[in-house]
Amino acid sequence: MFSVPKSTEIHPSERRIILKHADDPEYDISIDCYTRHGGYDVLKEAVANRKPEDLCQEVMDSEVRGRGGAGFPAGMKWKFLDRKSGKPIYLICNADESEPGTFKDRQIIHKDPHQLIEGMMLTAFATNCALAFIYIREEMPLGAQILEAAIEEARAQNLVGENILGSGYSCDIIVHRGAAAYICGEETGLIESLEGKRAYPRIKPPYFPAALGLYMCPTIVNNVETLCNVKHIVDMGGKNYAQIGKPGNTGTRIWCLSGQVRNPGYYELENGKFTYGDLIFEIGGGLREGRTLQAVIPGGSSAKVWRAGERFTGKLKNGEAFNWGIEDVPLDFDGPMAAGSMSGSGAVIVIDDSVDIVEVLANINAFYAHESCGQCTPCREGSLWMKKITTRMANGGAREEDADLLASIGDQIAGRTICAHGEACSWPTQSFVAKFHDKFVEKAKEDPEKAKVRPFRLV
Amino acid sequence: MAFEPSAETLKYIEDVIARYPQKRSAIMMILHAIQKEAGFLSLEAQEWVADKLELTPIQVREVVTFYPFYREKPIGKRHIRVCRTLSCALNGGYKVCDSFKEAFGTELDAISPDGRVTVEFAECLASCGTAPVAMVDDVLYENLNEEQVEAICEQIKKETPAGEVAGTES
Amino acid sequence: MSETKQNETVTIYIDGTEAEVPAGVNLVDALESVGKEIPHYCYHPKLSVSGNCRMCLVEMGTPGRDRATGEPLLNEDGSPKIMWVPKPVIGCATNVSPGMHVRTDSESVKSCREGVMEFLLVNHPLDCPICDQAGECRLQEFATDYGRGYSRFIEQKNVKPKRTRLGPRVMLDDERCILCSRCIRFCEEIVEDPVLGFIDRGSYSTLTTFPGTQLDNNYSLNTVDICPVGALTSTDFRFRMRVWFLKETPSIDTESSVGCNTVVGSREGTIYRISPRRNDAVNDTWMPDSGRALYKAVDSDDRLNQYAIEGRPVKAAEAISVAAGRLLEKGGVGIVASGRLSVEEQYLLTLIRKELDGPVPTYLVGRYGEGDGRLLSADRNPNVRGALLTGLIKTLPEEKLDELVSLINEGSIKTLLAAGEDLCSAGIPVDVLKKVKIIYMGTHHAECGQYSEVELPILTTFEKSGTFVNQQFRVQKFAQAVPGPADVLFGCSTFTKLLEALNPNAIMEPAPAAVWESMSQVVPEFKGMSFSSIPTTGAMVSDERFAQLPFVEGKGLHFEPKTALAEA
Repeated sequence: MFSVPKSTEIHPSERRIILKHADDPEYDISIDCYTRHGGYDVLKEAVANRKPEDLCQEVMDSEVRGRGGAGFPAGMKWKFLDRKSGKPIYLICNADESEPGTFKDRQIIHKDPHQLIEGMMLTAFATNCALAFIYIREEMPLGAQILEAAIEEARAQNLVGENILGSGYSCDIIVHRGAAAYICGEETGLIESLEGKRAYPRIKPPYFPAALGLYMCPTIVNNVETLCNVKHIVDMGGKNYAQIGKPGNTGTRIWCLSGQVRNPGYYELENGKFTYGDLIFEIGGGLREGRTLQAVIPGGSSAKVWRAGERFTGKLKNGEAFNWGIEDVPLDFDGPMAAGSMSGSGAVIVIDDSVDIVEVLANINAFYAHESCGQCTPCREGSLWMKKITTRMANGGAREEDADLLASIGDQIAGRTICAHGEACSWPTQSFVAKFHDKFVEKAKEDPEKAKVRPFRLV
Repeated sequence: MAFEPSAETLKYIEDVIARYPQKRSAIMMILHAIQKEAGFLSLEAQEWVADKLELTPIQVREVVTFYPFYREKPIGKRHIRVCRTLSCALNGGYKVCDSFKEAFGTELDAISPDGRVTVEFAECLASCGTAPVAMVDDVLYENLNEEQVEAICEQIKKETPAGEVAGTES
Repeated sequence: MSETKQNETVTIYIDGTEAEVPAGVNLVDALESVGKEIPHYCYHPKLSVSGNCRMCLVEMGTPGRDRATGEPLLNEDGSPKIMWVPKPVIGCATNVSPGMHVRTDSESVKSCREGVMEFLLVNHPLDCPICDQAGECRLQEFATDYGRGYSRFIEQKNVKPKRTRLGPRVMLDDERCILCSRCIRFCEEIVEDPVLGFIDRGSYSTLTTFPGTQLDNNYSLNTVDICPVGALTSTDFRFRMRVWFLKETPSIDTESSVGCNTVVGSREGTIYRISPRRNDAVNDTWMPDSGRALYKAVDSDDRLNQYAIEGRPVKAAEAISVAAGRLLEKGGVGIVASGRLSVEEQYLLTLIRKELDGPVPTYLVGRYGEGDGRLLSADRNPNVRGALLTGLIKTLPEEKLDELVSLINEGSIKTLLAAGEDLCSAGIPVDVLKKVKIIYMGTHHAECGQYSEVELPILTTFEKSGTFVNQQFRVQKFAQAVPGPADVLFGCSTFTKLLEALNPNAIMEPAPAAVWESMSQVVPEFKGMSFSSIPTTGAMVSDERFAQLPFVEGKGLHFEPKTALAEA
């Protein structure tokens, strides 16, 4: 019924769990194909023979961290759920996949939708959810159709809906289409959007979704990849799952490599077994002919940038000292954090020496200014101001003082806003200006005429 | 000029409202359905939705204008959205956009003179690994280069007759 | 704010100094209660917390506890160890807890405020000299108090609509709007008429109504009051007077028995605007638009400002003497009084009545409309309860004085004292009026005036001090905002002079304090009260004596009708 182009090559370094079947040319998105490959067995077993609290414990034991961006342990998130309120509990799958550089959830939804549905139904069963939603971005209209069709199939087989497989447990899934707002990736913005309003993130406290979420009821919001992991955690057992990857960074992760690199794409890799160097230079094939590395954004465009050649030193949590170049940073949650940035949504963007770094920031700033919801002052005014400055700089109007002004504006936003968009919009500016200060200052010396005849523009 | 959706869309709307625990939640799905049918969300259509969901019209318009994929004005018969964001830009996204504009002799965000297309920039389409990308209506085109853009434009011209766009008269 | 915790307090530490604050309130209100300001724009005590302006960011910490044992963590010196939240928190959404520490003067907090101020100003026009809000603008005030003092912004400012007519009484300048959403929340939460909203996104967000709809509810001007900047302005008031020239006088809205507390803004004897005065037991911080226009009656063309006999202008003393003479004649006197008179004037009428011969049938003219469930009640007189308490009347007034008409026709009334009411509007036909001698006391010319023997001008609420008793049986004071017309006797002198003319021994000083001294001896509910002892927020008195009366008011903002049961 729907066909999506498949990647023909799977890199030998990959350990595919989530994307195990995704690129198999024989594999399709029908429920028959899914069940033929053992699909829904875990759900059937769980609703027949397992207690919800056991499933929660498995997820806790797995130590799986959220794959949406913040990397918060999913088991903990579930534990915070207010189960005593007497109100219905809702589950929302965050399929808004909106952090620039990220395209992993797209693969799952387009190529293996039933895996997500099974993961959701297991999560719903484990947390006693009354109703589940998939909030999917409208930039993937095909994905929404695929999911709706897949849910219909699952409902026909009594895997979704009333009295699932005779267990007495009922839960339906509603596919809800967004309309191109990055801020809907923020869970409380998403909830407002799902309530039919502007996606204004809520103040926390008091509106933590675990207690006061959708319709002011306890709500779990999990990313697509996280929910898929639930299926495998329940299947293999949380403790076994925790053996994959390394402690605190368990499981595999789908890394999205993009930008100016030879083999961009998605790669499912065991956490902590590789480095950014492996991903960019080995798996990703390195830079293009004649190009050298200028910068890497390690976890989606809001993550703080790394400049080629910089060294990261310090001590790890276990006390071990480290001295890394970009290529040495472990490809997991904690590595990039130790190196002053974050793995975020797992989106690695490679920037080579062919582009003007000021223009790169201008491009990023245009994004975050466009996506600021406009609710709170620092983000609303600061993001647009930073965009205006960097656009002016890119267009030949740079002043020497702009670098410090930009840094100061970023400092006035981060940590002072309603939601993390404040950080998302200021981290790029703060880090680009700090790490490429020389280039930002030099920009003022550039001939303004040169800016008018840019053959290759980023803004 | 009162707005009225087709019987089929109306049925869809009724179904969708019934799905949600609270009516208001259905607004985005309803707006998508009406936009698909009518091409855009006129003020009359927004008032109709408000009535349907027991909201005030401004509460509908607040939503319509917040989300970039809703529009209050008609667009060309085909909708070209080129990804503007970083990974696509690093791989020539701006050039791709220029090529689309040139092929139809049009400006960004405007209906082309032949009425066939509206070319827009969109923010990240979440296909950064196959940058640069663009959507033509609901279909994603990946790894675009000038030849491919040219081919897509030819295809559009072949499939889509030139002529005035409904809703732009007067 | 939780009602149950109203009287409890907690100890918190503001910049290291101990303070007792009400329990259960947020930091903005808590600090205000001890006279400290946390600057804010979007927070309003009577609206939901939105937390969008970020002006009230402060540093906050709470006493730490050991995770395992729950024991308090202590510093080396034995003092509680304070766990500071790493990021600043918004005061408006942070409730006080015992032992909480707040820093409002640290470098970090200063930097937060400086940052927010700078951001709010980058797209705000710097047009204070021509802005109506200047002088009462939060942006202006806080820019002075917390701003950087210079601009670092050299880009183009956003362009937005400058003069949008949001409704018949409210104008909007979108470029000045700081998107605090107070007006939107007000319309949604208080009036339940959500006609305002933001369109577009980010810094381009724009306050507006849906095309073809407008902000025209009877509370629309409250949005102007709560707008912290010059975005929303009153069509009536804008460009008429600089606010810093206005003298502010506490007053009461006379349009219904709700008795909204108000502030009258005047300069050199002219009133320019009326706005609500906060009273959490009556009107919170709101009032109807209709009550704001009442000042226009003060300078209206039909103002009665001349004492007259048979239409001939005379001195006050002469008019009063003739009136007294007529009232003392045998043959029956009737009094038609007004629910718009102050308690003092109503009481003086009871004293006047005592000096007259025989039974004196006394009426009040009822004014009824539909209550709006908020701050406009069904009883459109501000002071019917005053007339009941003082004993001027015993039953609730009717709109038409049919009984009085019968009495006149029977010949048992020869003289009518109309105090503050037009007898014609009260339903007495002209041919009936012609059968009696009329003494008309009023603020404005009335139709019955032309059939009156004596006309005695009296003062409007804005021109005198006094009290009203509202639907809750709350005695509320109002003060004189502007002087009355040049030749009209001050205060309630017209009443006291008339009393004196009837009985040279009945001398009463024409001041509320003196009248209250007398009233407190006579009216049981006023026992022990004096004019000066009535707080600015009013004083409740017992309604027991009137429990059987079928008052017409329905449920309102801070009002539950007691007669609802009887009606049901």
